[in-house]
Amino acid sequence: MMPHASTSAIRLTDIHKSFGAVLANRGASLEVARGEIHALVGENGAGKSTLMRVLSGMYAPDSGRMEVADAGGVLRDVTGWSTAAAIESGVGMVHQHFMLVPTLTVAENLMLGAELTSEGPLRVLDRARAAEQVEALSTRTGLRVNPARRVAELSVGEAQRVEILKALYRGARTLILDEPTAVLSPPEVDELWEVLRQMRSRGETIVLITHKLDEVMSISDTVTVMRHGRTISRLRTGETTPQQIAREMVGRDVQLASEMRRDAVLAEEAWVAAPASDAPAAAGSLGSTTFPLPALEIKGLVVASAGRSDAVRDVSFSISPGEILGIAGVEGNGQTELVEAIAGLRRVRSGSILLDHLDITGASVRARGDAGLSHIPEDRHSRGLVLDYSIADNLILGQQHHFARGGFVNTLDIDRIASNARRQIAAFDIRPPNATVPARSLSGGNQQKIVIAREMGRDFRVLLAAQPTRGVDVGAIEFIHGQLRAARASGKAILLVSADLSEVLALSDRIAVMYGGRFVVVLPRAGAGEEVLGPYMTGAEHAA
Amino acid sequence: MAVLLFLAQTLRIAIPYLFAAAGGVVSERAGLIGLTLEGYMLGGAFAAALGSYYGHSAWFGVLAGVLGGALLAVVYGVSAIRFRADQVVVGIAINLLAIGVTRFFLRLAFGSSSNSPRVTGFGGEQSGNGFTALVANPMIWLGLIVIPLVAWMLYRTPFGLRVRAVGEHPAAATSVGVPVTRVRYTAVILSGVLAGLGGVYLVLDQHQFTDQMTAGRGFIALAATIFGRWDPSRVGVACLLFAAAETLQIQLQGAQLVPSQFVEMIPYLLTIIALAGVVGRAVPPAALGRAPE
Amino acid sequence: MTMASPEISPAAGGAPPSGGTSRIAARARLEEALLPSLVALLVAAIVGDALIVSFGQAPAAVFRLLLDGTWGNSYGFGQVLYKATTLTFTGLAIAFALRAGLFNIGAESQLAAGGFTAAVVGLSLPPGLPWIVMLPVYVAAAALGGGIVGGVAGELKSRFGAHEVITTIMLNFIVLALLSYLTSTYLKVPETLHTTEIRSGAVPRLADFFEPFHGSAANLVIVVAALSCATAWWYLFRTRRGFELRAVGLQPEAAEYAGVRPGAVWTRAMAISGAIAGVGGLNFVLGYKHYYEEGFAGGAGFLGIAVALVGGTHPLGVALAALLFATISQGGLAVNALVPKQFVEVLQAVVIIAVAVSVPEVRRLLRARRRNA
Repeated sequence: MMPHASTSAIRLTDIHKSFGAVLANRGASLEVARGEIHALVGENGAGKSTLMRVLSGMYAPDSGRMEVADAGGVLRDVTGWSTAAAIESGVGMVHQHFMLVPTLTVAENLMLGAELTSEGPLRVLDRARAAEQVEALSTRTGLRVNPARRVAELSVGEAQRVEILKALYRGARTLILDEPTAVLSPPEVDELWEVLRQMRSRGETIVLITHKLDEVMSISDTVTVMRHGRTISRLRTGETTPQQIAREMVGRDVQLASEMRRDAVLAEEAWVAAPASDAPAAAGSLGSTTFPLPALEIKGLVVASAGRSDAVRDVSFSISPGEILGIAGVEGNGQTELVEAIAGLRRVRSGSILLDHLDITGASVRARGDAGLSHIPEDRHSRGLVLDYSIADNLILGQQHHFARGGFVNTLDIDRIASNARRQIAAFDIRPPNATVPARSLSGGNQQKIVIAREMGRDFRVLLAAQPTRGVDVGAIEFIHGQLRAARASGKAILLVSADLSEVLALSDRIAVMYGGRFVVVLPRAGAGEEVLGPYMTGAEHAA
Repeated sequence: MAVLLFLAQTLRIAIPYLFAAAGGVVSERAGLIGLTLEGYMLGGAFAAALGSYYGHSAWFGVLAGVLGGALLAVVYGVSAIRFRADQVVVGIAINLLAIGVTRFFLRLAFGSSSNSPRVTGFGGEQSGNGFTALVANPMIWLGLIVIPLVAWMLYRTPFGLRVRAVGEHPAAATSVGVPVTRVRYTAVILSGVLAGLGGVYLVLDQHQFTDQMTAGRGFIALAATIFGRWDPSRVGVACLLFAAAETLQIQLQGAQLVPSQFVEMIPYLLTIIALAGVVGRAVPPAALGRAPE
Repeated sequence: MTMASPEISPAAGGAPPSGGTSRIAARARLEEALLPSLVALLVAAIVGDALIVSFGQAPAAVFRLLLDGTWGNSYGFGQVLYKATTLTFTGLAIAFALRAGLFNIGAESQLAAGGFTAAVVGLSLPPGLPWIVMLPVYVAAAALGGGIVGGVAGELKSRFGAHEVITTIMLNFIVLALLSYLTSTYLKVPETLHTTEIRSGAVPRLADFFEPFHGSAANLVIVVAALSCATAWWYLFRTRRGFELRAVGLQPEAAEYAGVRPGAVWTRAMAISGAIAGVGGLNFVLGYKHYYEEGFAGGAGFLGIAVALVGGTHPLGVALAALLFATISQGGLAVNALVPKQFVEVLQAVVIIAVAVSVPEVRRLLRARRRNA
């Protein structure tokens, strides 16, 4: 049978891809027409990047079918191809984290793996011809870069131009861009749009991964929305509204979120906790005593980031005892840096942090802990736990100075560590209930319970809870939510940061949305729904 | 005349450093720590003695020395690349292995625990400080061009470009289809060959192998690699600088101006100062010592 | 584990019996700790056989002679104990630093520096002071000498980020040259490489208590070595500082979260590591020759790397591994009539490479098998 030229450049059908227990794609599909700009949108963790890495040959799908049009426009089955084959067929991807060698020049980065050499026996790098080709490509695409400069000296915007040029240099006719504007300034974004439009006018195809709705509306022809690893809908940009896309992204049926986690956890080998019954009450009285003064007060906080701009820009807020302030927002908008600055793990550029009116801006991590600050870090695997330490040892991490006998040598009080472990394991239902087992061998939920037990099972005034239920099973989620509510009831002040909007909505008294390092809006729970918050989270709306 | 004598002696001392440091640059730029240079040199030296003795030709010595250095480099490469063993541990062990193996086979082949019999070298019988001997020794000429050759290879050839990419950002190299593992193997074997030539020079110059004759020269070469910030031309200058200091110390020995031990310290002190960043920080290749995923 | 509180309901599909999990975890840890060393010894035995055969001898005869000359007679065993003493110190020093995530390649010069400072103290003492009184002074002096060298490397890392592997290697050369200068200029007996004899506080030989050891260099510094292992174990696993040190070694970010500054721990760990190696200098200086001699370390600082790795960076394991490597080392002398003693140097290097290769490989294979099980 003769294959027919198709109007489609890409057709992905029912792609499944999992990483261990995490199901990143579970029946994702994508159809992109030739010569269009196609936006692939969805919340964080919706599986967009995974799907595109499958398409670019970095990952092989577990199942599903991949078809890409050849030079003649005929769709060919390319399921599970390699990066090299993808490049060969003109599919190039610009990664969110640049794949550039910083010590090499622009021209060298472009050439790497596809080096131009001179004629003759020695086959020397032909820099002159490479520079010419780069210039020509620059001129044709409008992506201006100096081929002789080292990548380390480039701005992020310039580095991204190099990434795009790198794909085009290898003859890409289909370009995939993963969150290309995340690191760009507004003029650089405009410039990028100009380049993409030019490419479209030459008949080249572009897939744009994004979660910013204003971008979708201004640049794309077609939108595919993904949620929880599945393709939800495919819309013509001209026939839809940002509100409709936001609804599709977030999904009205919130139950889906827990469903996905349950699936993920069932695949885990370790001890899966059955859904816990009632959450035990946290330490402290349940009769809520209301203090008139804030327990945590942040004034004009500015925190630097590794890049050029500040990660947290002039953030001020306060939390009263018995209150949960939730921070919603797409990850990477300064939430991590904000929490770490309050915890003392990151240097503050300016502003102040007050805990019960005590200025702790310059205090050590330990002093903050002793002053009544507890911290559930967002990454329990790197920060929250020492994975090769036993449960008992992890239950005193950060509190080790309270479990040492005094004096010069500071011997650890083994008996108290053991009795502390017994008490916490029982109170927080950590399984297996064996204090000597290393934390590494526990399920995600039980690992997180160790952190929760340590940080909430002691006397504290303020709790920083960053992604407290990430990657844990349903039972543990309910348990942790119960703990947070009980702490609020006993008069603790809690700062909750979560990428899971439903979690923020379920627990918070007030909700702030963080975007670009700022609090763009702070609303009481009553006035904040998903539809209200969504546009703020995607940068589509700003508070006056 | 004194100046010429000084230059000639500096050159003689510098040649093994230049060979080994050239190997150090290639290895470390590809991401493999050059702790093994001393071992390659010693292995190369012993193999050269074997080759020259049994082959009755200095050129057989060169060939055998190259193979000796490469063989140790293969052991290092397989351990560090295939098995992802800790490069520091294996590196130290390669040096111990070289000492042990050369001593063992010194007994086995020559029945001595201190030195080999006299072997054929370049330039006939005279091996004093005379210029004729210098000029007649092809190893001197090779040593002089080895750094420019490595510089050319690193900055002018596709392989060099790949070496630089692999030692800095292996994931980026992989993403554009560069065979990272193959590049690393090639680089580490090449470094064994180059450092092995440093050992070859010593044996052919002294017309015999003596136990532990490299005497820490491989570590001076590593110091030069770091002090020269992994850039061939700077590394070459560092080698000449270290050799000049040594020559000065030898020639001033009668004068007792500076104790020899303090001159010995110079390369190492300079390397620490460079690493501590007192005058411009020495930043190693980003993926140095790490096995890529 | 026996204290399961009544609040915990045995949930359906929940945890297996706790005793079982404990046993499984302990077994897994034991497998990962022991298997690489066993694999390494097997590889070394094969390579050793090949070398012996290449020299035209029968492996069985050589290995029998090796055992006879070490554990088979009291002199040989005394020499094994003597060599194991120095190796315990250097191995323990390297293992201690490894627990903090640092590679101390400088044990060679730290050992020498400790021996040197102890000798300087000894030479300045009036003769005839009892060893039992003076030993603590010597230990302090040796610890100070080695500790300074180690501490410098630690400080260079925490303050400037200079990698400790390179700085300790460079410090080896610098310190040995410095000691050589000081010895030759101020302390040397002409025509030798050593200082004059220390006449105060020499430590008794084991032969003074147990006659059959006669002639061997084994001395009471071995008790200091045993106490050092016990103290290091207690510090690492029973004190707050040790808790923090191991956390920095395993997960620096988690340690930071726990209020620990990694830089301070690095400096302290390297200083202590250097001090341990330094005290090892007493074995030669105070227990054997009663003077400082250039080059007395003789590679024990590098062999300590093998001791630390084969010993699983645990103080008890280090002591056992030191005995093993001392046996191989002394055994080389015992078999010299049949095979060049240098073949044991090859064996030692092969053991190190085999351990380095098999640690990650064995862990990978074991974990893959457990997942599939």
